[in-house]
Amino acid sequence: MSGIAVLLCEGCELGSALDMGALTRLASGQQGVGTVKSVPCLCSEAGADVLRECASDEPSAMVLGACAARFMPLTTKDCRCRIERVALRELAVWSHEARHDETQALAGDYLRMGLIRALKSAAPEPDVREVERTVLVVGGGAAGIAAALAAAGAGYRVVVVEQGAELGGWLRETKRLPPSRAPYRDLEPSPLDSLVNELVSLPLVTVHAGATVARITGEPGRFEVELRTPGGTTALRAGGIVQATGFTPYDANRLPHLGYGDSPDVVTTFELERMLAAGPVCRPSNGQPARRIAFVQCAGSRDPAHLPYCSTVCCRTTLKQALWAREIDPDCEAYVVAKDLRSPGVHEAFYRRAQEDPLVFFTKGEVRRVKVGKSGSLSVEITGGLLGDDVELPADLVVLAVGMVPRASNNDALRELSDARAALAKGGPGQAAAEETIRRLEVLADTGTLGLGYRQGPDLPLDRYGFPDSHFICFPYETRRTGIYTAGAVRAPNDLEACCIDGQGAALKAIQAIEHAAEGLAMHPRWGDVAPPTFNLQRCTQCKRCTEECPFGTLDEDERCTPKLNSTRCRRCGICLGACPERIISFPDYSIDIVSTLVKSVPIPDEFEESPRILVFACENDAYPALEMAGLHRHTYSAYVRVIPVRCLGSVNVIWIADAMAMGYDGVLLLGCKPGDDTQCHFMRGSDLMATRSENVKQKLTQLALEDERVRIEYVAITDFSTLGGRIDAFVERIQEIGLNPFKDV
Amino acid sequence: MSDQGPLTVPEGPRGRLLVVGGGIAGLSAAIEAAEAGFGVALVEREAYLGGRVAQMHQYFPKLCPPLCGLEINLRRLRSEGGPVSRDPRRVSAPWGASGSLAYLTLTEVQEITRVSGGRHRVRLRQRPRFVTARCTACGACTSVCPVERPHPFDLGLRSSKAIALPHAAAFPTLYAIDRDACEPSCTRCVSACPQQAIDLGMPERELELEVAAVIWATGWEPYGAKALTDLGFGAHPDVITNLMLERLAAPQGPTGGRITCPSDGRVPERVAFVQCAGSRDVDHLEYCSGVCCLASAKQARYLRAAHPGVDVSIYYIDRRAAGNQERFLATTAEDERLQFVPGKVARVDVSGRFPVLEFENVATGRLEAATADLVVLATGMVPSQSDTPAFRELGRDAWGFLTGLEARTNEPSAGQFVAGCARQPMDVSSSVRDATSAVARALAWGRTGRNAFDRRGAP
Repeated sequence: MSGIAVLLCEGCELGSALDMGALTRLASGQQGVGTVKSVPCLCSEAGADVLRECASDEPSAMVLGACAARFMPLTTKDCRCRIERVALRELAVWSHEARHDETQALAGDYLRMGLIRALKSAAPEPDVREVERTVLVVGGGAAGIAAALAAAGAGYRVVVVEQGAELGGWLRETKRLPPSRAPYRDLEPSPLDSLVNELVSLPLVTVHAGATVARITGEPGRFEVELRTPGGTTALRAGGIVQATGFTPYDANRLPHLGYGDSPDVVTTFELERMLAAGPVCRPSNGQPARRIAFVQCAGSRDPAHLPYCSTVCCRTTLKQALWAREIDPDCEAYVVAKDLRSPGVHEAFYRRAQEDPLVFFTKGEVRRVKVGKSGSLSVEITGGLLGDDVELPADLVVLAVGMVPRASNNDALRELSDARAALAKGGPGQAAAEETIRRLEVLADTGTLGLGYRQGPDLPLDRYGFPDSHFICFPYETRRTGIYTAGAVRAPNDLEACCIDGQGAALKAIQAIEHAAEGLAMHPRWGDVAPPTFNLQRCTQCKRCTEECPFGTLDEDERCTPKLNSTRCRRCGICLGACPERIISFPDYSIDIVSTLVKSVPIPDEFEESPRILVFACENDAYPALEMAGLHRHTYSAYVRVIPVRCLGSVNVIWIADAMAMGYDGVLLLGCKPGDDTQCHFMRGSDLMATRSENVKQKLTQLALEDERVRIEYVAITDFSTLGGRIDAFVERIQEIGLNPFKDV
Repeated sequence: MSDQGPLTVPEGPRGRLLVVGGGIAGLSAAIEAAEAGFGVALVEREAYLGGRVAQMHQYFPKLCPPLCGLEINLRRLRSEGGPVSRDPRRVSAPWGASGSLAYLTLTEVQEITRVSGGRHRVRLRQRPRFVTARCTACGACTSVCPVERPHPFDLGLRSSKAIALPHAAAFPTLYAIDRDACEPSCTRCVSACPQQAIDLGMPERELELEVAAVIWATGWEPYGAKALTDLGFGAHPDVITNLMLERLAAPQGPTGGRITCPSDGRVPERVAFVQCAGSRDVDHLEYCSGVCCLASAKQARYLRAAHPGVDVSIYYIDRRAAGNQERFLATTAEDERLQFVPGKVARVDVSGRFPVLEFENVATGRLEAATADLVVLATGMVPSQSDTPAFRELGRDAWGFLTGLEARTNEPSAGQFVAGCARQPMDVSSSVRDATSAVARALAWGRTGRNAFDRRGAP
């Protein structure tokens, strides 16, 4: 070990815009620094030689004062030490005036920060332990079977838990399916038997039918699972979990206006499926052939009073059933009433096929109600249809295309219930409230799906529609419980093919979770991060903020409410570190101490120099890359700012802001991702948590007789790089209007 | 991880995989595969990774920039920790993209030959970029380049120099030269480059590789609006396509994100969206592209947000929004100055100063006409094609989507899989899931040498 090696690149105008000698002297004077070299161009062949030579001396770390790593990879696997990149090019030279004192000061401060990071970051020690290479699949319908086949195909043991007596789920209820293959016109037979036969033939697969999950504890790589089986209980270990618990049809009894329950001749698509499998479709009321079948689309779907979403498959199910009924009885007529007929993508061909059938009729409109006459006759009242007139459609049989309700449990309610029960058992104040909560929620007591023994509740957090929450656009398999992935109709309303694709994809994610756990590597979005947090528990006050605020349910608690880390559940966002009022949580390479030292490393000009200093905490996911891109495109902004990247706005501990104000910084700008319902926070809750914390900060500022405007949060998308500089400048101007921090001299 | 220089793809714990196409499906497949233990070669025909999503201004329904999710994926690809640090332990980990994923831009697969053990020998051809990896993106070349040409990334809505960064956030951050646009014997960029990074004599090169499996994720192109003569495209500058509107709205687009009429740069007051422009139409595309309804709703939303005085009409046959996208559609319709009009537009009359839409209003049953300042044609997706022998051998349906790749074990294309819009029109989320599932099938193929199951799970 030969101390920290510092290499300063002189290319890309760095050498001409900055006083490299001064930077060299600055670096040489810092603690722990071994060699300091400037290189004409670090990305040239000659530069690579210098890098290699430097690396061969086995320095404790390397600090490269050059450009941003995102634009120019400089190091290779040969460089086996920690490497800190200081993006002098983007953050100083290309975004600020050349040969200017403020730019020089800025570059010097960034270089010093890089050296502090290199000096203070401990070598991370991955948590490498044995893992169980078994994938637990909860639910044995199409998605679950596909997940099991995929995991077994990749060589992993699989345990399938199916609550029904047989595998297959809703696929068992259907004999024929809409087309999945070009030219997408013909009904297809169900693949169920071949799927099940294949699955049960695989030696790697164990199926527990008639079984449910009683409890899951542990973490990715090491889940302890307890099953309720017909014979009692079974315990097993799993490394990753796929939840494929499917759906239940929307309860048609809640649709009295559509005649369900009033007439036996009003049935759901699920009931018609069985009737079609049995042969010619008859009216349940009198056994006479149903010659006019009316299909009511969106029965309870796309309706805020029932299911606000579209179940995606009902239109195609109706097309299939209409053609199937017509095939059995060529004289029967099918009427399809829909606001919008949804046969997206290639399935348009199937719609066209149905349109070609002269006795399948499509009516655009909304069904107001289904009238049941005294004699049992049915008519469908349609409004808002063609020509705007109301239409009545008499029918022998009315089929309600009801939607799909995900079979996922209400984690928040279940957690509230168990907390109330615990409070009641413990005694003390709040007994009445606990009893009330229990009365209100008791009905949900046995509705749990996964039985997670997690501090934050037994199931996956849900989105506003009742689907397990995820980054559904970019990272659709991610849930808020690491190592547990959802697939099929529980994730989103899906057709058979999408369920199977989902199952296979979720199985792959579960496999990755197992293998990453084996190496002690984090999962999405800080893939491969090796360093879980550590807790200095002597100073823990059991305030529970870390265990509450972790977006991923990483931390459990012991009976004294002391946090207990499950390292492979951790995504390394640092939100716990930001939450902790006692500042006892650290990562080896990201801690209160490291960032505080960075904050304090910046020399603050005194009040007579009229050179303010603004501290910027920039989220590394969008805001910091946006700053680097702003630099690449030479968008300029104030040289008074000092930017420190943070893992998430939620990882910002308010002590850093307090330190900054006490030090004499004139303002603190927090740059992070958009919060709220459509949050862009990669850690789901970080921006929302920071918004709350910053309110507390502002109160404290007011108490200190400081203007609360000195702390500002700006929400920055990665594409904002052209305007970001202007927003920074606007904040700097506002601070200058307010005046410098009066605490500068103190 | 190198775009130039030798192609070194290690044999991962799961073997080696080729992914064709660097759009969201291919990028996802490549990264998911690398993180599942494959050594991966990712090849992309364009000069940058990211494909179509890099051109998009926002995703529906969150109205968020695609570059945000792309950034996470590119970080996974580069295997960095955060933006400033790299720790040695991560770099040496066998599970992850670091060191096990190589990407090549400007590259197409020429030929795939089945060899023993279910493996494939692949011949790749990389077109020259004429700029080497020494490029630091300083821009000195662009400032001396004498040639302006229509900028392909911005669909010709602005011009750019013949040597340029392919787009503002392009990865890899390397300039590229459009040699067809260059002035003969001009070498100004060569002399201007402080890095000697320009090599006008850079040859095309061929590379060979042996892999266990192949995933095709060759994506889509917008349907050629020029074929929609009835809808006035090409005859009036204010009739544009939905993809052009994405570029007009993008902060780094031709107008800096200010949505204006291309004819005279004024802010439009009446914008009309023509749904199914060439889709669900036996004369053009028989199928529905599945995303255009939501794309138009999204565009209507950002238009209304940008220009509070604008009135928007969306002319449609069926409003199609699957799953939780329904709420997005419903909340879009709550805006009083945004109308969904049931009716297919038959013709756009461009003989006057403003385009006039002619349509049959389903609600009234009458033929009606409406004038607009800006007409947006919601054109669909066409699967990208290639004339390489490797691509020609793949089975495809009547519309050009790749089918038949879930072949039985003994057929020549066994071990080759397809993901994303190369298979069917689909949205981003579906493409990511499709890609991830294709990796699962490739994993099983690599281990067992047989197609244990197809996309529907059937053995």
